[in-house]
Amino acid sequence: MELFVNVILLSFLLAIALAIVRMKDLFAVIMLAGIYGLLSASFFVVVDAVDVAITEAAVGAGVFTLLMLVATVMAGRYEQGARHKPLLALAVVFITGSLLIYGSLDMPAFGYGPAPDHQHVDSHYINESMSEVGVPNIVTAVLASYRGFDTLGELLVIFTAGVAVMALLSTLYDSHSNLGTGPENKWLYEQQMPIRLVVKILIPFIMLFAFYIQFHGDYGPGGGFQAGLILASAIILYAMLFGIRTAKQVISPRFYQCLSAFGILLYGGVGVVALLNGEHFLDYSVLFTDPLAGQHVGIVLVELGIGCTVFSTMILIFLNFYERKNNQLDGCQ
Amino acid sequence: MVVNKLGVAMDILMSAGLRIAGFYNYWVVISLMMTGFYIVISHGNLIKKIIGLSIFQTSVFIFYISMANVEGGSAPILNSEIVQYSNPLPHVLILTAIVVAIATTALALALVVRIKEAFGSVEEEEIQALVEKNKDAKAC
Amino acid sequence: MDTVISVASLLCLLLGSFLCLSGGVGILRFPDFYTRMHAVGVTDTLASAMILMGLMLQGAEANVVIKLIIILLMTLFINPTASYALAKAAMYSGLKPLLNMQKSKRG
Repeated sequence: MELFVNVILLSFLLAIALAIVRMKDLFAVIMLAGIYGLLSASFFVVVDAVDVAITEAAVGAGVFTLLMLVATVMAGRYEQGARHKPLLALAVVFITGSLLIYGSLDMPAFGYGPAPDHQHVDSHYINESMSEVGVPNIVTAVLASYRGFDTLGELLVIFTAGVAVMALLSTLYDSHSNLGTGPENKWLYEQQMPIRLVVKILIPFIMLFAFYIQFHGDYGPGGGFQAGLILASAIILYAMLFGIRTAKQVISPRFYQCLSAFGILLYGGVGVVALLNGEHFLDYSVLFTDPLAGQHVGIVLVELGIGCTVFSTMILIFLNFYERKNNQLDGCQ
Repeated sequence: MVVNKLGVAMDILMSAGLRIAGFYNYWVVISLMMTGFYIVISHGNLIKKIIGLSIFQTSVFIFYISMANVEGGSAPILNSEIVQYSNPLPHVLILTAIVVAIATTALALALVVRIKEAFGSVEEEEIQALVEKNKDAKAC
Repeated sequence: MDTVISVASLLCLLLGSFLCLSGGVGILRFPDFYTRMHAVGVTDTLASAMILMGLMLQGAEANVVIKLIIILLMTLFINPTASYALAKAAMYSGLKPLLNMQKSKRG
């Protein structure tokens, strides 16, 4: 039965990808890409990757679609027709694809238990993580403790990407002229009353859910990455419906900038504290008298750092895109 | 006799079907990957190219998560009632990869926006034509 | 008692699935954007409510039932609002509803 659901979801994914190839209207393409993200999230649930599914649902259906839409508003909605015959491209794609399919025949079948990739470090994680790290969610244990150094690197990549986006697009500080307090878009304010009401009711619950995911990540699916994304979507929702100026008055961009650096520093700081206590970098056992309690404290702190950085980087990226768009539209008028 | 032969044929068909189902994930992943690849190399619009790249990325995510699956396994959250878990390591790798992917996609989009501002277009061909024209103007 | 509950749950799930399906048929068959949206917006809210209620009847643990109730409340809030936003956006961008007169001219 599970296999059946699996096959259907994957076929849908393929159909959507083919539709994306053929469409010229980028708005429709982006909507399809959002559905694609949501479908792949459902696929991840079916194959037991619950942590990944939460992340993909927040990214694929939420943040990705939003950023794409803002960028398309600036870069133009329609794609021009193909300028040359796609025969060469098709040939390359077919040859590569058939070679890959030929290669896939040697792979272990889907869901085959004794496959080589389940034999080595995986069984150690499953059998020993409870006694070594003491956290029921193995994914969190591996993410924050066993592979903590790797995660620090990933977090740095996200931080760097955020900084690069700011360097490319930042207009946050040179647009003092339009810093009035009035509503920037009258239509938005007068016409969207029901949506604003419902969103006003929902936003506290979205934030509560984000914090639940953040601090319950040791026991159930979740963690800093997912919580940061969900919290960021709550703030972005607020900014979209109540105006970017109001959102900036609630929390200033300076705060996000400081917070995103603070997250990385918290993560690295935990590692340095472990180092100073005479252990390896990011070995949390020494943070507390009892090694397991130390591990738990370390994981909570590290996840908090991840949450802070992901949350504030996503918001900064969104704010920069949005401000750029507003400035461009002002320039046009 | 005939019934017996039919039964054997059914068995062969069933096992072939299961075998195909066992590889179906990989084949869909390869098709998705090639679709993304095709968009990247054959379309001129930079935003469409980024969407193609993200399809390519997602196909890799699906590949890893498919590899992690174990028949009859459960989500990797320890519970005394469960004996068989899926492989948690690919989940960790992909979980972080998804968030990194959205950050790098945002960077790519920022570059596209700047290109649009500088050249007035996001079509590869028009940008190239403009660059050529500028070169000629400089040479003169 | 158990049979009654499982039959009720089954009925809810079946009805929900049927409503989902009819919404899908509505998208394909209705003539213009607004009627299509109406078909999906109305049936989907009820369908998801039905399916969630069917699942609630099956769920043994209070934990699960509470989560399902929260999901149900969320859908009841979000689905109609999303339909409203969609219709508003279509109206704002200048899409006119297909009226009976135009249809008969075309047909």
